[in-house]
Amino acid sequence: MPNWLYQRLGDRLFAAVVVLLALGVVAAALAIVAVLYFGGREAFATFGFFGFVLGRVWDAVRGQFGAWPPLLGTLITSAAALSLAFFPALSTALFVVEFSSGRLRETVAYLIDLLAALPSVVYGLWGIFVLVPLVRDHLELPLFTWAAAHAPALLPILGPPTGIGLLSATLVLALMIVPYASALARDALELVPQSQREAMYALGATRWEVIRRVVIPYARAGIFSGVVLALARALGETMAVTMLIGNSVNLPYTLFGPASTMASLIANEFTEAEDDLHLSALIAVGFVLLLIALVTNLIATWMLRRMSHGEGRR
Amino acid sequence: MAEDVRMETKDLSVYYGKHPGVRGVSLPVHDREITALIGPSGCGKTTFLRALNRMHDLNPIVRVEGQVLLDGEDIYDPGVDPVLIRRRVGMVFQRPTPFPTMNIFENVVAGLRLAGVKDRKQLQQAAERALKMAALWDEVKDRLHQPAVGLSGGQQQRLSIARALAVEPEVLLMDEPTSALDPVSTQAIEDLLTRLKENVTIVIVTHNMQQAARVSDRTAFFLDGELIEFGRTEQVFTNPKDPRTEAYITGRFG
Repeated sequence: MPNWLYQRLGDRLFAAVVVLLALGVVAAALAIVAVLYFGGREAFATFGFFGFVLGRVWDAVRGQFGAWPPLLGTLITSAAALSLAFFPALSTALFVVEFSSGRLRETVAYLIDLLAALPSVVYGLWGIFVLVPLVRDHLELPLFTWAAAHAPALLPILGPPTGIGLLSATLVLALMIVPYASALARDALELVPQSQREAMYALGATRWEVIRRVVIPYARAGIFSGVVLALARALGETMAVTMLIGNSVNLPYTLFGPASTMASLIANEFTEAEDDLHLSALIAVGFVLLLIALVTNLIATWMLRRMSHGEGRR
Repeated sequence: MAEDVRMETKDLSVYYGKHPGVRGVSLPVHDREITALIGPSGCGKTTFLRALNRMHDLNPIVRVEGQVLLDGEDIYDPGVDPVLIRRRVGMVFQRPTPFPTMNIFENVVAGLRLAGVKDRKQLQQAAERALKMAALWDEVKDRLHQPAVGLSGGQQQRLSIARALAVEPEVLLMDEPTSALDPVSTQAIEDLLTRLKENVTIVIVTHNMQQAARVSDRTAFFLDGELIEFGRTEQVFTNPKDPRTEAYITGRFG
């Protein structure tokens, strides 16, 4: 092929491939939204959008579908898991970047990354065989018997100490999202220039003061990105949660008792959905989950923009 | 001119792993004078400077041997807290290092906040005093609460100087403070140095021999990690004793 032809054609071909692939991804995303919306249309039409989202009863036998119980379950587990995971994630990132070096640093970082690579179902199995008995025998039972003897008013909040339920699911979820928050926080902390640290040390700062006043503020946008990614993971996490949460859509939820999230409900009932309305309701739950993820991302983007305001630009 | 010695190194060596960056340097730093450290790149002058406020502590592969006396006491004695040393011996770096998440005011008082000063009025007075000393006050007094990264490079460097001065250090170490700046900003900082030495003892590393000749009282010439010559700036530049010093200042190498 002559050189001029190669150059002109190659350039155009490359541009065409890039544009096509990019458009393809966008189209696929839009197609998913469309499928979820049209698939769930019957449920939305039957109960009304807000009637469906805020409906407190999910009863497949009576054909009554309200997404509020799994919605609540998703919000509770995600928020609780995130608050449990945040400080351990930040601490591990700080440990790796600020407190260790050489082989130790690499090993710890690698192990944390490995946590992210473990399949969800493995977390579920570990939860069932290790965490559930542990939580049941050493946390839930003692608390329950204590409450039964001293504070019976707490019993309806605690719920049955079976080990399978909201608490175990949240704990495993927290563990699962730590590596995501941690990895991004670590990247952000590593990007803090050494000159920033030295400038603070030179003013007579201790290591803790350098971390608190310079390192974390400098990396805050990245740390926050990790939190958002972890939250997105938590919102959509399905397998491990389904295995551990007990899958009950009956409100009110209790701390120890069974509950469900939107993702776990879909996974749990999809194969058993007999009639069209049930199937449509499950797809509609998927649509609502998508909306929540979307809103979370929008808020995060907005906060991130505010956070990086004035940083590094003139 | 005061003749008292404020800081003094005795047989100071600094090793990067096995490689010696500074070898057996003994150098007095006179009170309220400007001491310039000159020499070609890699001669150890910055390494030497960073030993004076224990900045090398931050790098585990660096080893410091010998003594650095501050008012007669060795700052490397086991019982000495490097944090307290760094409050007495401040440092300004080659590149301006404003803290990007803080506004101008907070940047200046960052060291005071470390020292536990909380009184608003006291902080404001200190900030104004430091910014005036650094010849930056007039330019920033109306925008103290804007981000420090919005300042120009020269202003940022003067802000870094103000920040170092706000904690009222006894000694100020400056590592090529004007090498990243334009001539106008350089001029501003040189003027500033001459005024500062009334209160502060200054050690400045510079690549720029004219700068050393203009601002300093005494000059130390480093080569390959060793101190070749030390004396009054005038003498070092007009009548160097060592042929290597002469070769360097007449521009034959470096």
